[in-house]
Amino acid sequence: MDAMNTKRQEDAVNKMVQNEIKMSGKDVCVSYGEKQALFDVNLDIPAKQVTALIGPSGCGKSTFLRCLNRMNDTIDICKVSGDIRLDDQDIYDHDIDVVELRARVGMVFQKPNPFPKSIFENVGYGPKIHGLVRSKSDLEEVVVKSLQRAGLFEEIKDRLHEPGTGLSGGQQQRLCIARAIAVSPEVILMDEPCSALDPIATAKVEELIDELRENYTIVIVTHSMQQAARVSQQTAMFHLGKLVEVDETDTIFTNPSNQKTQDYITGRYG
Amino acid sequence: MTDTTNTYVKTASLEERRSLQKKRYASERKFKYLGLGAILVSLGFLVMLLMTIVGNGIPAFTYNYVKLPIDLTKVDPEKPEKANYGKFVKSAIADAIPYMSDRKGKRLARGLVSGGAAIDVRNQVVGDVSMAGQNADVEVPVSDFADLYLKGLTAKPILTKPDAAIKVSDVEGDVDVTLSAAVFDEFLARVKETISSEASRLNTRMANLQLSLDNQREIAANSQDTLAVESAKKSITSLEAQLAGFKTKFDALIVRRNNTAAREVLDTSMPSLLLKVGGGVVKITEVEGMSAKGEVIIPLEQKEASAGEWQMQEILEAEENRKFSDKEVAVVDRLVAEGRIENRLNTIFFKKGASREPELAGIWGAVVGSFFTMIITLALSFPLGVAAAIYLEEFAPKNKFTSIIEVNINNLAAVPSIVFGLLGLAVFLNFFELPRSAPLVGGMVLALMTLPTIIIASRAALKAVPPSIREAALGVGASKIQAVFHHVLPLAMPGILTGTIIGMAQALGETAPLLMIGMVAFVVDVPAGIFDPATVLPVQIYMWADFPEPGFQQKTAAAIMVLLGFLILMNAIAVLLRKKFERRW
Repeated sequence: MDAMNTKRQEDAVNKMVQNEIKMSGKDVCVSYGEKQALFDVNLDIPAKQVTALIGPSGCGKSTFLRCLNRMNDTIDICKVSGDIRLDDQDIYDHDIDVVELRARVGMVFQKPNPFPKSIFENVGYGPKIHGLVRSKSDLEEVVVKSLQRAGLFEEIKDRLHEPGTGLSGGQQQRLCIARAIAVSPEVILMDEPCSALDPIATAKVEELIDELRENYTIVIVTHSMQQAARVSQQTAMFHLGKLVEVDETDTIFTNPSNQKTQDYITGRYG
Repeated sequence: MTDTTNTYVKTASLEERRSLQKKRYASERKFKYLGLGAILVSLGFLVMLLMTIVGNGIPAFTYNYVKLPIDLTKVDPEKPEKANYGKFVKSAIADAIPYMSDRKGKRLARGLVSGGAAIDVRNQVVGDVSMAGQNADVEVPVSDFADLYLKGLTAKPILTKPDAAIKVSDVEGDVDVTLSAAVFDEFLARVKETISSEASRLNTRMANLQLSLDNQREIAANSQDTLAVESAKKSITSLEAQLAGFKTKFDALIVRRNNTAAREVLDTSMPSLLLKVGGGVVKITEVEGMSAKGEVIIPLEQKEASAGEWQMQEILEAEENRKFSDKEVAVVDRLVAEGRIENRLNTIFFKKGASREPELAGIWGAVVGSFFTMIITLALSFPLGVAAAIYLEEFAPKNKFTSIIEVNINNLAAVPSIVFGLLGLAVFLNFFELPRSAPLVGGMVLALMTLPTIIIASRAALKAVPPSIREAALGVGASKIQAVFHHVLPLAMPGILTGTIIGMAQALGETAPLLMIGMVAFVVDVPAGIFDPATVLPVQIYMWADFPEPGFQQKTAAAIMVLLGFLILMNAIAVLLRKKFERRW
């Protein structure tokens, strides 16, 4: 049985090698003070695919996600070791500019968190601080394009200068996605982006994620098995800070090799 | 207990639960009424306080001015400041009050006009040179007691028009007054009342003296200490003399009280009675029911008047107990009748600096001093405080060192303000040798005092900004500085501004630390800059409250009103700013 599993994992890895690997983590360990949250995680994230991170609460999937754009830096007691690479470059290297890294690896959070400013300013803020645009008309173009890509433009085109906080929850989350893609990132990290949304808004965001896959590498943390099954191509199962299993989504959901994964996706615990 | 499901838990009956509920509602109601009562009581005290301050202060906002015909023909329009205005004012007063012609009368008349009248006239002429070389009616402030009298705050008169004809024996000098009816009876009764209350007051004093006399006698009789006996014997003699003096006075008063037939002599310890007859004024010195003896203060034009054409003016406050004599009352009343007195906005109070004369003292110097001091305080404490708060809240590593700093800042907020004054004295004045009494140093000391307030308020405001905003900014690649300055700080601004304005309001009302650095100095000139000696509003109030003149008591209340006005204004600004910058997230 074990031998067979190993074989299958190798197959999967081989298949992925055909895809370009965008980000990779090797022996990633994270601890918050005394408490270790991640143990030797090895995970490759293929380019232009959606990778779903699943697992019960407190298993470290969000921690891993936040390592990928060094959002954990803001927490004083958080220590990260191991090797995380973006396009074969160590992102924890000393010469790496965190600001530039976060422009390349954007993030969408669990709760929609638009700035308490106008919709236009929300989307235009990133391009402005990174100097991506030279003129006002350029900025307008970027904002409109980002909103269009996020599928929000048609709904709010007359309200561009009204506060972003006045939108509905689903619209706010798509606004946050538009804000993230406005700086043309290569990778977008999403931390349970639909957990605060109703099913209709969720469907819209999932549709959007599927569309965005063409241009961006996406890593999504989710508690919904169905969502993972619907939007992702690769799924990684975390448990108690360890990566239990990673494989193509279809394989994981139809024929998981690990008993824990099986139990989790069939709803035994979680 | 045999029925239904619950066999081992005893449940309360419906009645029991209902009574419990009733008790609960009763206690809720009680608490509500207690709270309401507390609010009403404090509101009552607040209203009382405000009413006292406003009631005392409002009169000081206006002042009475007297119009004097001043001969300015000798003033050289080229050098208007050189002329002898004191002389001009003196002769103008003599012209306006001709009936006070003897030396004593002239001095009295001059005393009704403010001592600063000459300077005031000079300033007016220098300000408007066209007045020079002419005879002009110039308005000058009256003296402080004349002003108090005109406002009804001292020597309050009771005016009546008696129903009797009057005849006066002469138009000036000592006169006899005869009436057609006994209208003086009522006044006489009041005089008797005054006599008996005076007698009873003497009686208590005598009783007290008697007590201490007995005490001393006992010491003299029983004490072993020869020294004590000696001194007791000395005090016995002096006490006995005093007591004998009181006794004679008391007996005389009793005789006067009981003797209804005799004429009552009105000395300065009795109520005053002035008669306004035929264009003049007679001050009554001896009185009985239908006739009186008196002395003419302002000469009469006619010696007789029929009922309703003359007035009786009683002043119950004894002349010796007030600082405004009957003669002065008569002259001021005459000036009012001539239309020379005008009550209008007290421009001196709003335009001038401090003065020893209540009528010349103004609040403007203190207002300007407060303004400069507040500017310095704001310029120092706001940027420093906000920068410190931002660093501590957003950038500082969380370690022992920063936590020690944090605790110390919180402790600083509780340090008594006078300690900051001592610090200012020791460091700013003695070590750095900065100018004493200057708004610069005052502002620096108050800035030290305000800093902890601003830092604590700013940190709380920064902490209240949700972390999701910070994450959002960092997530799109803003640097930490950008995240703080573009997103966190604007959201924290209303809280920071509110804290700052509250700190400033506290500093505006602060007296103690400024006393230490010499801002309590008597400064007549309005300060022109931050290095000039100055005082501030609360210190000015403190100084005025210390002066015994009743004119200053009014000023004190008025200055408190000005200070309260500024504080209300600052709080209103705080509310407005908070409303304007408030954003929801």
